[in-house]
Order: sequence, then C-alpha cells, then structure tokens
Amino acid sequence: MMNSLKRIYLGIIIVILYAPILVLITFSFNESKTTSWQGFSFKWYIQLAQNPSIQSALRYTLIVAFVSSIIATIIGVMAAVMINNLRGIKRQFIMALTYIPLLSPDIVIGISLMMLFSTINVPFGLTTLILSHVTFSTPYVILSIMPRLMLLNPNTYEAALDLGATPLYAFRKVILPEILPGVISGAFIAFTMSIDDFVVSFFNTASGVNTLSIQIYSMARRGVSPEINAISTLIFLTIVIILTIVNIKASRKMKLEGVQK
Amino acid sequence: MNRKYLITPYALWSFIFVIVPLFLLVIYSFVKTVDGQVIFSLESYTKFFDPLYIDVLLRSLRLAFITTIICFIMAYPLAMILNSREFSNKTMILILIILPMWMNSLMRTYAWMILLENKGVINNILNFFGLPTKQFLYSEGSIIFGMIYNFFPFMILPIYTSLTKIDNHLIEASYDLGANKILTFRKIIFPLSFPGVITGVIMVFMPSLTTFMITRLLGGGQVILIGNMIEEQFTRTNNWGFGSALSMILMGIILVSIMFFSKNETLAKGGSLI
Repeated sequence: MMNSLKRIYLGIIIVILYAPILVLITFSFNESKTTSWQGFSFKWYIQLAQNPSIQSALRYTLIVAFVSSIIATIIGVMAAVMINNLRGIKRQFIMALTYIPLLSPDIVIGISLMMLFSTINVPFGLTTLILSHVTFSTPYVILSIMPRLMLLNPNTYEAALDLGATPLYAFRKVILPEILPGVISGAFIAFTMSIDDFVVSFFNTASGVNTLSIQIYSMARRGVSPEINAISTLIFLTIVIILTIVNIKASRKMKLEGVQK
Repeated sequence: MNRKYLITPYALWSFIFVIVPLFLLVIYSFVKTVDGQVIFSLESYTKFFDPLYIDVLLRSLRLAFITTIICFIMAYPLAMILNSREFSNKTMILILIILPMWMNSLMRTYAWMILLENKGVINNILNFFGLPTKQFLYSEGSIIFGMIYNFFPFMILPIYTSLTKIDNHLIEASYDLGANKILTFRKIIFPLSFPGVITGVIMVFMPSLTTFMITRLLGGGQVILIGNMIEEQFTRTNNWGFGSALSMILMGIILVSIMFFSKNETLAKGGSLI
C-alpha cells in the first residue's frame, strides 16, 4: 500500500518534469506553426539549418563556453593550490572573495560587471562575455578542487623536490594526478554554467553577439516558435547522449576497480 | 610550495571583476548628477519608498516565498522516497530527476509557454472535453509554476544528500527505544536533514526572488517583480542610480535571509550541489 503510494508520487513528479520536454520534442516535428497537430514534418529542422542567427548564437555559445572554462580552470587550479598553502586571515580573505560571486544573485553580477565595462570603456561583445563568464565560474572550479587538495599529503611534494624534481615537474607528477578528478569536474561545471547562463550574458553583450539563451529569449518574447522547439530537441538529445556516455564509462570504471565499498 | 605569485592572477581577477564592480554598485546607488556635477545623494533610496515600488518588492517576496514552500513540500517526500531502501535502481531515478536541469533554463521556461498558451496544449485538452479556454499565462500562478519547475532540483538534491548521510543506526536506535515512525521523523530524521533543507531553501529562494526572465516570458510584462524593475533601469530607462539602489536593497534582503537561515553554520555542513 505504502509502496504503491510512493511509486505513484514518484511517477507524478517525473511526469511533471518531462511533460514540457516531451511536448517540446513533439511539436518540433509538427507541420503547422500553431500548437495543434497537423502532421509530421522535418521542416523546422530544415529552417533551423538555414537560420544564420541561430547558427551564430550556437557558435558564440560554444566559443564562450570553451574559452571561459579553460581560463577559469587554469586560474582556478593555480589559486586552489596556493589557497591550500595559505593559513589564517589570508586564507579566510581569499575564501570570502571566492564566495562573493556564489552568493550574489546573477542579476547583480550582471549589472555590476556591465557598469564596470562601460566605466572603463571595454566594448561589449565576445570579450566582455568571456570575462564575465570566467568571473562567475572560477569559484566553482576552486571549490571542486579544494577538497581533493586537502586530502593530499604535503610530504609527497616535498619528497619529489628532495629527489631533484623541479617544482613544475613535481606539480605535474605528484599533485596534478591526485587532484585531476576535481580539476575535470570543475572544468565541466564551468563549461555547463557558461552554456546555461542567461542573465549575466544578457547584460554584457552587444546586439549581434548573441548566445543561444539570449537568442531564445528574444525569440520567445515574440511568442511560441517551432524553431525553438527544434533547437531545444537537438540540445536535449545531445545532453542525453553525453550523460549516457559518461555514465556508461563511470559504471565500467566501477566494475573494473571492483566494489571497493 | 612558496610560489605565492601563483595566486596573483586570481586575486587580481577577483579584485577587478568582483570587488570593483560591487564598489561601483555602491557608488552609483549613492550619487546623482546635477548640472554635470556628481554629488552624494540618497535620492535613489528615498525613491524606493513609493508605495508602487514597495508593492513590487512585497509581491516578489511573496512569490519567492510561495515557490520555496511548494518546492520544499514537494521535494522532501520525494527525497525520502529516493532514500528508502526498496528502490534498487536509485541512481537511474536520480538521473531522471536531474536530467531536465541540464537543459537550458530558457528552454525549460519556454516549454511551459507551449503548454499554457491560450491555444496551447492544456487548453486544447480542455476544449476537447468541452471545457472553456482558460487564461493560464500572464498571471502570478504561471510565474510561480515556472519558478517551481526551474528551481525544483535545487531543493531536492541537497535534501537527498543530507538524508543519505544520516547514520541508519540512529534511526534503528530510536525504534529500539520505543519511538514510533512519526516521533523518529520529528526527533531524528528531520533535524539531521535540516542543513540540506536550509541549503535547498536558500538555493530556491534566491533565484526566485531575483529572476526577470521567467516573469517576462510567463508573465508577459503583466506581472512586474523586482528583477524586472532592475533590468528596466539598465536596459530601457538608463537610470543606473535607481537600478543600483534596488540591487543593494535586494542584496541586503538576501544577506539577511541567508544569515537568518544559516545561523548555526548549517550551510557549511549541508549537502551541496557539487
């Protein structure tokens, strides 16, 4: 009795979560522009392939996501390694600095950066997008590396130095392999945060330089458009495929390593 | 490892792109320009105490509050169900619940436009059964719905994480000592999962209070929240002073509520999203 109640509740939540997505996918194949079903068609996908503004938005989204997540990862790794060595007030200060972007609402990050860029006369566009994305994603990189660094035995690094390794070599051979999972997940978070961002990009871009979020926003403000359905469907499928691959790899790895717990 | 200069890029970056912008925000909120002269003024703040703006703030707080409460009521039982032992494919269900979160928030909000439109899917279904068309969009209800849909995962994940961390022996001990299910829940399970609840509440309350995209798409400009007012000052009316003052007030409210919620360092102990 209790068990079936639980299953029903779970079922209802999953239906609510997926109903909009299924509707989105269904209507991306609809012949008609309205939300009444007029027959199966690929025409919105063909229109999508011929729509230059959506393609440029996709390109900008990917450029910004790649560049900003790489910069954020590099700055984040260097900062995390050093923060781990800091003690006392200095460490608290840097950590407080790291938490500011995490606890500020997106809209405040967006407008305050916008005021900065126009005060120091940085032209809005790709540069401001990348700068602002690095700003809000670096803290996530640092926070995903810190736990790994704390587990690290500091003596191993010193041992490497004693044995004649240069600091960079010791970092590459001793520290990096240990913190690599944290670095990868940090880079991954930075990448997805960048792709998902709307608010900060909205305030820090110029007309003509749109990310997908901004493009969808300006299209959706004018009402329902089947082209958005089509691009959403493609993005959803991409996410499902990526997550499936990641999960298969993870479960394989777990099988290879055996059940350690 | 005494290469302290490695931290310079990050310190410099944070200074330029975090500290300076916040500083600008404070300055702009406290000045006004008279005849080309920039002078100190509280005008932006006093302007806020117009009943019109107070109304907007109260409405924003009310909608964010309702959203947070509904998310909590929906998420807590779900987290408990996920944590119960009878589901063998727990990871699969968890992935199913998190998967929509990976979709762009714009798309998730837009999807509800198709469902809720006057000629949308739900109204088509209503018409099919001979019921009259109902106006769903452009109301507070549709905005609350959109916010719940967007932020629900932020509530479920921290609660679930904190529930999984509870030592089962404590629960068994409680039963052994004669407590029934309700008492065990009240005295053991809920208090121990509280840090997760706090994290979830903050992570839902904050974006619901500040959103302007969901309001614009599902409210169609009929319902104005504080996020929309701030956006307007920067994109249309170009009143940076008032926009900055509104942001400062918003930040103040959020800081106070975070401090109120996380008095006992619960935030630090709580389950996090990452």
